[in-house]
Amino acid sequence: MSELRFTEDHEWLRTEADGSVTVGITAFAQNALGDVVFVQLPELQSYDKGAEAATVESVKAASGVYMPLDGEVLEVNPALDSSPELVNEDPLGEGWFFRFQPKDASAVAKLLDQDAYDRLIKANADA
Amino acid sequence: MSTEQLLKTPLHALHIELGARMVPFAGYDMPVQYPLGVMKEHQHTRDQAGLFDVSHMGQIRLTGANAAKALETLVPVDIIDLPVGMQRYAMFTNETGGILDDLMVANLGNDELFLVVNAACKDQDLAHLRKHIGDQCTIEPLFEERALLALQGPAAVTVLARLAPEVAKMTFMQFARVKLLGVDCFVSRSGYTGEDGFEISVPAASAEALARALLAEPEVAAIGLGARDSLRLEAGLCLYGHDMNTETTPIEASLLWAISKPRRADGARAGGFPGAQNVFAQQQGGVSRKRVGLLPQERTPVREGAEIVNEAGEIIGSVCSGGFGPTLGGPLAMGYLDSAYIALETPVWAIVRGKKVPLLVSKMPFVPQRYYRG
Repeated sequence: MSELRFTEDHEWLRTEADGSVTVGITAFAQNALGDVVFVQLPELQSYDKGAEAATVESVKAASGVYMPLDGEVLEVNPALDSSPELVNEDPLGEGWFFRFQPKDASAVAKLLDQDAYDRLIKANADA
Repeated sequence: MSTEQLLKTPLHALHIELGARMVPFAGYDMPVQYPLGVMKEHQHTRDQAGLFDVSHMGQIRLTGANAAKALETLVPVDIIDLPVGMQRYAMFTNETGGILDDLMVANLGNDELFLVVNAACKDQDLAHLRKHIGDQCTIEPLFEERALLALQGPAAVTVLARLAPEVAKMTFMQFARVKLLGVDCFVSRSGYTGEDGFEISVPAASAEALARALLAEPEVAAIGLGARDSLRLEAGLCLYGHDMNTETTPIEASLLWAISKPRRADGARAGGFPGAQNVFAQQQGGVSRKRVGLLPQERTPVREGAEIVNEAGEIIGSVCSGGFGPTLGGPLAMGYLDSAYIALETPVWAIVRGKKVPLLVSKMPFVPQRYYRG
């Protein structure tokens, strides 16, 4: 299991042993959204980077979850259908959204690392 | 609008201290939720008691021998025979019967009426009152002077009775002058959650002490606007600007019940409010669209603005309020539908992100109201 990478849209990515990449939203994101009541997960198909692959609905609003890189979705988290609250309770673990095969595996490492993401959060908080 | 320009209620500092997430609402910096979160705040209100700051709403006092008669010219509601110590739901209508705002009217006795109007409408409501009845009674805005707290939930009566035992005898929509912590307050047994509870008008300078005293009671938690919205939606209660506006009449908004019998076409004081002819014509001849409850048949929440279509895919209406009901345990909505589709259990579909979500026209409230009627 490799270290996490992050997007500016507050998604985390983890490269698995087989080269596929698991995606979820960060603790910061779930806290900002509030109680999650529904997650519309992506289809098992290819998406371009930036495409709205999933939608997360909190009590108050719907928010898009964007494809972090070009790739093909291989699996979605079936537990979120019946237990969307996992996104709040365990965003980096049981609350994962989907797993995809990136078109360019090297692109993952170019995303934000933990330090860079922490700085982004801090900059947001200070703004 | 930047934070600097937003107005603050007398409880603003307390909200910050309690860790609230603040959002702009109707020109005020208001708590949308506290650290408990919307779901738990909602459930806490249904299970015990929630304290809401609704000081952004407009409180207005009308005084004078002709105040009730004058106000009747602006609302389709019986104000003249509103008993002393009672409150009634009303709405200001325009010349076509459209709704300018909805409000509560209480009779304080001694030719005094006490009004509570929506925050976003309060300046225009005040202007409307001054323009039309300013020469018939004294109109006194209490916007800065008084705060408004709502204590809602099954334990609200137990809690408030610790400060003033007499409130336990009040029934739904009764209104009284009550001393709380030595301060003169107006208390009504009413609210916007479907639960038993009270709304408390308190001088601004005493609001924080009262809020702190109520929050110190073990049953009470601070509740934000997020849960206020999900609670009122489950209770089937309208939100002005969303579920009704100047383009909707009380008939279209399914608020015929709020038009008092004496003010109806066959009543003792029929009409005499703006747009009465149109409202009566709609009541007799029917309307082309109406507000109904809608229950999504999937887990997908259906939000305000979503188009509603029939089986053939033709647009037959739209969602005016929608979200998730924590007590209901699923999504719920209200919408305006072509009258051909308003029968209970009629299947219709909302378009959400390009997909059809099945809905059933549903009765309201979605969660039973639990008002205390004695």
